Amino acid sequence: MDSTILLFLVQDGVTNGALYGLLGVATVLVFAVTRIIFVPQGEFVTYGALTLALLDTGRVPGTVWLLLGFGLVAFVIELWMSRHELDARRIGKEALAKIVLPCLIVAATFWLAPMKLPPWANLLLALAIVAPMGPYLYTIAFRPVAEASVLTLFIVAIGVHLSMQGLGLLFFGAEGLRATPLSSTSLPVGPLVITGQTLSIYALTLVSMAALTFFFNKPLFGKALRATAINRLGARLVGIRTSLSGSIAFVLAAIIGALTGALTAPMTTIYYDTGFIIGLKGFIAAIIGSLASYPLTVVAALVVGIAEAFASFFASQFKEVIVFTLIIPVLIWLSLSSHHVEEEE
Amino acid sequence: MSDLLLSIRDLHVAYGKVQAVNGVSIDVPRGEIVTVIGANGAGKTTLLNAAMGILPARGAITFEGANILRRPVEDRVGSGMTLVPERRELFATMPVEDNLMLGGFLVSASERNEQIEQVYTRFPRLKERRRQLAGTLSGGERQMLAMGRALMAKPRLLMLDEPSLGLAPLIVADIFSIIRDLRSAGVSILLVEQNARAALRLADHAYVMELGEITMSGKASDLAADPKIVETYLGIAAH
Repeated sequence: MDSTILLFLVQDGVTNGALYGLLGVATVLVFAVTRIIFVPQGEFVTYGALTLALLDTGRVPGTVWLLLGFGLVAFVIELWMSRHELDARRIGKEALAKIVLPCLIVAATFWLAPMKLPPWANLLLALAIVAPMGPYLYTIAFRPVAEASVLTLFIVAIGVHLSMQGLGLLFFGAEGLRATPLSSTSLPVGPLVITGQTLSIYALTLVSMAALTFFFNKPLFGKALRATAINRLGARLVGIRTSLSGSIAFVLAAIIGALTGALTAPMTTIYYDTGFIIGLKGFIAAIIGSLASYPLTVVAALVVGIAEAFASFFASQFKEVIVFTLIIPVLIWLSLSSHHVEEEE
Repeated sequence: MSDLLLSIRDLHVAYGKVQAVNGVSIDVPRGEIVTVIGANGAGKTTLLNAAMGILPARGAITFEGANILRRPVEDRVGSGMTLVPERRELFATMPVEDNLMLGGFLVSASERNEQIEQVYTRFPRLKERRRQLAGTLSGGERQMLAMGRALMAKPRLLMLDEPSLGLAPLIVADIFSIIRDLRSAGVSILLVEQNARAALRLADHAYVMELGEITMSGKASDLAADPKIVETYLGIAAH
């Protein structure tokens, strides 16, 4: 192997690692606020990517109907969950967030999609379609069991993943799609060519990592979101709206997921189930980061990405095995070194 | 009746078909300590949880004249009532100081800073331990932290569920003297206790709860002298 190949592998690894890092960061974020190990994180990648790819071709993506459906079901569940506290104002607010908002987005999509907007406008529209699904999904699947154990929440998350993947197949079909790149800029660095697309991935990863690290450690509001996961009842007793905390975490996760998908879609063909495997690698990074540290997650994701690049060069048939095996020594080390702080369960 | 801070009328709380609180009415006048005593399982904790909005209830709950029966917990905290639950419900993996700051989540930043100094003055132990994780505190310190956290919201009504539970007698005495100080500082208290002796000594007014119903009420000092109470709750035979 010469140095050019080495550089190519590292560049490939860093780019993939940055994508895994984004998803790892979203996984840590959701866990830190809700204690949910969010397996369906990758589905937001798929939905974001395929929604964008369809918008690029001037078609209305099926995800708009999914958005509408999620909104309606979430509305009904929300009213049922808060039936002891309902008044006209509350019902109005919920209807606005869960019925009127998706209707507006659907209408806007029908109006804008045939116009074949520039890529950045389609990206915003794709985000507007996918982002609200996060909080709707939280209300539908997780709020009713928000007090349950981490294991129960994990099982629910797997169920949600399977359903979302099935819905993805239903709404997008089995064919893969690609999107138009956001920018056609490319920057030659020695033998490598760095595209605007990869630069925006690096930037997004670094910004999300820094912003989330700051947000969850410095302002009281960020600490309040973390407190929700540590003790839900305790959080309610100091006046934190725990259902809002969950919705905020899920909207952020959906945005990060959809953005990751939208940035990946021009580089590789995305199928209805592509997101899952990308998400799983993000999850490995999150585990290496102990589901707690954003910078550590991003570093781990880069290691995962680079290991994957080299594995596919030297032993391509064992690529996934090598990548997923990385988690085992880390888990052993974490279980030996973890300090247990007594939680009042 | 304007000096009534909290008024609960004909409150019913059920767990499925089991009626845990059955037609309970209690009042907390402004500036007083009111206690509800009773045996384990009498429904005292359920009563407090319903008053705070953790459990849905039927009946009427008014706080400072406003009907709060259908308001969620978070709104009730905002309107000036806080609960220190029996299990404390602290943020175990966060430092003491973060627990306290979060207690003041709904008040302004300047009030929060002012309030935390007051809490540290009242509980100097918490100031010493402010960087320590809440989960590593001793039982007494946890109770202090839970009370400190509740006080951060600047409540006008503080509801305490078994603050003496599991604590050494010396620490119980400390906690009860702090409760007395709080009343002097203008905070009204609704105290639920199994330690009837200490509670009756501290309170202005008392209710006795049995099997989900209020069976006696009156001035705490009168109840403390009542032969039936003495026999049942104070653990010594009436002379």
